[in-house]
Amino acid sequence: MVLHGIMDENCEVAFQREVAGGVFLLGIKSHAIAGKAAPGQFVMVRVRNSLSPLLRRPFSICGVVDGIIVLLYMVVGEGTEILSGTLPGQRISVLGPLGNGFRLPSGIKRIFLVGGGMGIAPLLFLAGRIEPGHAVFMAGYRSSEKAVPIKDLGLPCPGIQLATEDGSEGVRGLVTDLLELRIREDNIEDPVVFACGPVPMLRRVSSLCLELGIPCQISLEAHMACGLGACQGCAVPGSKDSGKVFFHVCKDGPVFDAGMISWGEL
Amino acid sequence: MNAPDLSVELGGLFLKNPVIAASGTFGYGEEFSPLIDINRLGGLVVKGISLKPRAGNSPPRVVETPCGMLNAIGLANIGLDAFIKDKLPKLLKLSTAIIVNIYGHSLPEYGELAGSLKGIPGIAALEVNISCPNVDCGGMAFGTDPDMSARVTDAVAAKADRPVIVKLSPNVTDIRVIARAVEKAGADAISLINTLTGMAVDIEKRAPVLGNVSGGLSGPAIKPVALHMVYQVARSVRIPVIGMGGIMNYRDALEFIMAGASAVQIGTANFVNPGATIDIIEGLYGYCREKRIGRLVDLVGSISLPGRGKKDLMV
Ligand SMILES: Cc1cc2nc3c(=O)[nH]c(=O)nc-3n(C[C@H](O)[C@H](O)[C@H](O)COP(=O)(O)OP(=O)(O)OC[C@H]3O[C@@H](n4cnc5c(N)ncnc54)[C@H](O)[C@@H]3O)c2cc1C
Ligand SMILES: Cc1cc2nc3c(=O)[nH]c(=O)nc-3n(C[C@H](O)[C@H](O)[C@H](O)COP(=O)(O)O)c2cc1C
Ligand code: FES
Repeated sequence: MVLHGIMDENCEVAFQREVAGGVFLLGIKSHAIAGKAAPGQFVMVRVRNSLSPLLRRPFSICGVVDGIIVLLYMVVGEGTEILSGTLPGQRISVLGPLGNGFRLPSGIKRIFLVGGGMGIAPLLFLAGRIEPGHAVFMAGYRSSEKAVPIKDLGLPCPGIQLATEDGSEGVRGLVTDLLELRIREDNIEDPVVFACGPVPMLRRVSSLCLELGIPCQISLEAHMACGLGACQGCAVPGSKDSGKVFFHVCKDGPVFDAGMISWGEL
Repeated sequence: MNAPDLSVELGGLFLKNPVIAASGTFGYGEEFSPLIDINRLGGLVVKGISLKPRAGNSPPRVVETPCGMLNAIGLANIGLDAFIKDKLPKLLKLSTAIIVNIYGHSLPEYGELAGSLKGIPGIAALEVNISCPNVDCGGMAFGTDPDMSARVTDAVAAKADRPVIVKLSPNVTDIRVIARAVEKAGADAISLINTLTGMAVDIEKRAPVLGNVSGGLSGPAIKPVALHMVYQVARSVRIPVIGMGGIMNYRDALEFIMAGASAVQIGTANFVNPGATIDIIEGLYGYCREKRIGRLVDLVGSISLPGRGKKDLMV
């Protein structure tokens, strides 16, 4: 997916609702962007037309439904706070779809989708593109209050397994432990892993998959200015094997093969 | 009334309009081509090119600050050879002025860059970065010293076969001194300002936010500073001045033009609104039409100063 058909559109907000503590599901009307979007791609949203906050905020596309782009985000600072106050009917400027999406392997595989926190967003979009029965969706949260009720989001999604660090819902522990348990013990043939979430989680998933020789694609975050590959602001360190000192998340990613990243430096 | 004439001439560089995309914010042009018609721009300055490729600084490289941003990209670029081979042919197909921004670590490197770009048809001008705050060797050292600034200018001008624009750093005590020094050394035009040195601290980690500790501040936050420096420089030299720093819309652009800039560059605004350059061009047309101004150049340096004792005013 190269830089083609990127659009900057002033879009109407279709809906916005809080689905968990501080976590919002936002629907934005754009047939053009929704029509082009692929799982793993993201958009840059201008939370309001003012000089502060200045830069756009990047968000993964969580799904597309009837010409609406769906985003799932957590309020963590000023930009997301302002965004959460946007009401249906208001307009916001959206640039996208940006970056390279996940590459689904051909043939029948056992697909593991591993998301931590808001990392579930791009994986939900991907889940909708996988034939039912081939994917397991593993989601990890600190505790149940932060857990997004995935089934109520109105997006297609396969069997969900939940892990919370405090054990308040699902399995107690880290989602990476859950993944490790499944791929080590169940002796699964041809597994493929797609993951998105906090860096420590991705680092663990990557080292596990690299150790076991399991193909693994991860989606990374980085501070961004342009989202278009123009500013070189979103650098992440490349592994020795990659032959690159840095990749740019917005243009080379956000989805990378786990082996391309220098996890020790990230 | 005929369509207003927005064209400008800058020391031998002819532009169909005064709106130029700034170095480092517009990549090599192609990044924005899905979104705007680049041919409509007056010009485009490519990301700073060095003799050898540079990977750039450790992340994080950008951080937002009030009404602005800090960047410490570290002049990451593909190097002169790859630029000439892979990027330039595509750029030269565009019908906008292609300005190549160069920077070196030593005087001979600046000269070598200018020499290597000599004779390549289609390059409209060179912009010499003597001001990037992010590279520990060279960079800042040249642009903050009038004598070194002059010597870099001379090294480039001696080898260049097209207009040389020298881009000044604002991180100096008196920018007029540097401006006069580069004018004397043979600059055809001056552009300013590059970013102001700044810093941000992460109070959770008790660490600088940027991997490089310090970075360059750009965006609306620096506009008043940039505007004043443009005003000062325009009144201190005879060569044309290209103004930049926080220009977000055509009104900002007009402020710079009226303060003395013959053309403007648009940087950070491209990130916020990828169509910023086009909107500004249209805004300038609109303003000229509305005010019945036939030629935009008539607005350059047109601010009238408070009447009494003009000479005593501090510039
Ligand atoms: C490709 C990509 C996809 C993302 N997808 C999602 C998603 O689906 N859901 C979600 O909740 N969040 C997502 N994020 C993170 C989201 O961009 C940040 O949470 C958001 O920018 C925070 O903005 P703020 O103003 O509220 O926070 P502040 O901390 O006030 O932001 C200050 C500055 O830092 C930047 N910033 C802060 N945190 C991050 C971060 N984690 N990644 C990148 N930049 C950051 C902001 O963009 C802003 O420029 C994604 C990030 C990237 C790069
Ligand atoms: C991400 C980024 C990268 C930049 N890279 C360069 C560069 O390579 N060479 C250069 O001369 N100026 C560079 N600049 C400076 C801009 O060209 C411009 O002088 C400055 O940002 C002020 O203008 P603005 O406020 O409109 O952005 C860079 C600026 C930014 C924000
Ligand atoms: S955000 Fe500008 S290059 Fe990636």
